[in-house]
Amino acid sequence: MSTIIKVENLSKEYRLGVLDHGAMYKDLQAWWAKLRGKEDPNSLIGENIKSESMEDRFWALQDLNFEIKAGESVGIIGKNGAGKSTLLKILSRVTTPTQGSVKIKGRVASLLEVGTGFHPELTGRENIFLNGAIMGLSKIEVKKRFDAIVDFSGVEKFIDTPVKRYSSGMRVRLGFAVAAHLEPDILIVDEVLAVGDLEFQKKCLGKMEDVGKEGRTVIFVSHNMGAVQTLCKRGIYLHKGAVSLDSNINEVVGSYMTVDEKQYKFPISNDNAGITVESLQIKIIQKKNYINLTLLGLVSIQKKMGKLAFAIQVKTKDGLLVSSIGSKIFNQYLKQNKGNQEISLTCPEINRYLVPGMYLLSFIIFKEPNKRLLELENFEAIEIPSIRTYYTLGAIPRQRFHGVTLLPWQVKIQ
Amino acid sequence: MKNKKTTTTLEETWDLVIEPKTSWFQLHLADLWRYRDLVLLFVKRDLSVTYKQTILGPVWFLIQPLFSTIIFTVIFGKIAKIPTDGIPPFLFYMAGNVAWGYFANSLNGTSNTFVKNSGIFGKVYFPRLAIPLSIVISNLAKFAVQLLLFAGFYSYFALSGAGLKIDINILYLPVIILQMAILALGVGVLISSMVTKYRDLTVLMTFGVQLWMYATPVVYPVSQVPEKYQFFYLLNPMAVIIENFKYIFFHKGTILPDMILISWITTVVIFFLGLLVFNRVEKGFMDTV
Repeated sequence: MSTIIKVENLSKEYRLGVLDHGAMYKDLQAWWAKLRGKEDPNSLIGENIKSESMEDRFWALQDLNFEIKAGESVGIIGKNGAGKSTLLKILSRVTTPTQGSVKIKGRVASLLEVGTGFHPELTGRENIFLNGAIMGLSKIEVKKRFDAIVDFSGVEKFIDTPVKRYSSGMRVRLGFAVAAHLEPDILIVDEVLAVGDLEFQKKCLGKMEDVGKEGRTVIFVSHNMGAVQTLCKRGIYLHKGAVSLDSNINEVVGSYMTVDEKQYKFPISNDNAGITVESLQIKIIQKKNYINLTLLGLVSIQKKMGKLAFAIQVKTKDGLLVSSIGSKIFNQYLKQNKGNQEISLTCPEINRYLVPGMYLLSFIIFKEPNKRLLELENFEAIEIPSIRTYYTLGAIPRQRFHGVTLLPWQVKIQ
Repeated sequence: MKNKKTTTTLEETWDLVIEPKTSWFQLHLADLWRYRDLVLLFVKRDLSVTYKQTILGPVWFLIQPLFSTIIFTVIFGKIAKIPTDGIPPFLFYMAGNVAWGYFANSLNGTSNTFVKNSGIFGKVYFPRLAIPLSIVISNLAKFAVQLLLFAGFYSYFALSGAGLKIDINILYLPVIILQMAILALGVGVLISSMVTKYRDLTVLMTFGVQLWMYATPVVYPVSQVPEKYQFFYLLNPMAVIIENFKYIFFHKGTILPDMILISWITTVVIFFLGLLVFNRVEKGFMDTV
């Protein structure tokens, strides 16, 4: 397969701070000084130049190098601020790199947003043509695809109604329908699937899978690891503007997850509320086929205020909240104006209820009814092992196919 | 960013190379041509959206110049009694109004290009010049309708014996309109490029265009300007354009061939300067806007 995208030493620098009213005056001064062959009066002398200019500059991307071959589907993963959006913006030609280059073969369609340029006063029909043209199609090309677009969007009834009367869901559907029919060589998709209902999201993912199967190249950015894993074979993990891992998607997602666990240094306190968490730990005890999970903590409350409760949250690696249960539900509250108190929360046989896989735990102390005073997000990652329980005499369930909880269904075939 | 079709030794042909900087003169106008359908759709959008959900619709295109003309006739003609070189005042003001209106609307529209469209520009690439170009074209359509209105009144006055007739000079009309379009586009994109960094200019624009109108023979003829200042006065390309525009219809006015040439040079220089600066700004503007 031939290389279709080649990214070489790509870097992007942003200037921090604001351009204030002084900007024009300073620029004019600098320009005037340059014109007379003098030094810019606003430039700093000697070493100061370095430290100053380094400080208000920020490298969003640093020396990126990778190649993508025709027909590959690549997922770009990374936390907020890792440089994913900057990379996509450069690939979509919305902004330019500071250094390095990107070489591309074929037509690129980038979907940083659905329905870009939709005008609320225009009808669905007019907007399809406008949006198509903005995405680089000619009038004839839109005409050819028009029926398929309308069909895919499912808004044929309202095609001659101004888009301002559409529901937000309909607008997204129409926007994606246009994008889905661009038939580019390279499709770049940002987190656009976060919008729309579940059914439509599925349809979009399906369409993108088709695009991949047609031998087109797909670059996909999402925080939805499930979607990334379904769609992509290769993953690029960006961390602080650099490629930290470029490999098989499952490995990359796995690595991303482990980084997700945050390291906290105890004690942690909220001084305003007078709350200190001295320690917090998760104990996993395995007994035969079952594991018991216990949260143990040492907490002190210095001030007296309403009712304080604590809770533990279990989330999947995709950030889906599986369970959030706390002392409040048992009508138990933290003692105030006392020294350290031990708290514990136990879930026996947790693997009866959770599908094997990785889960992230968060700890929260809140004031009734729901004011969060202290939050330790993702302070621990746990792995529910795939032990064969009575429930899994057959296949071992996996998050990707079986969801996250194991409901006690009973099967009968007669 | 440039579209390059080069074959290097390693048989590597790239359709697109995204790089930090390109030369000042890489205007990628071919790209603009490829997106011509988009320009037309923007024109269509601008025209159909302006008066959506209004009762009078496109009639507003006519009401605006009509009312301004009436007001000008009353204030400058009847109250201030500014002479009009013997041209029927109503026609005189309408000619100035309609022509200046085209220029001012195009200029106001194009000078907002980056700020107004930063939403789209931040999401998708297309030649940014498509926007100001479409504004100048859609205003041209409005201008054509207003010109018809003017033609109606002109015929009425001509038939009622005002001694007006159309002659060979009318052939110069398209040239003047073209010059106005080029000038408005040039000044507009130049300002829109600077507005991305200095928002002050937006404020300046709103009354700057007003002031410019008074420095242009819209409400008075050039003959009212003292002769020794006329050269400097006519360095304003719009002054020459508007005076020529009126001369085409009324055969009266101050027409100096030298000044026409200078106005064309100014127009072309501003246009290319605007293009260059615009081209420079369009790449990095998402980081400063």
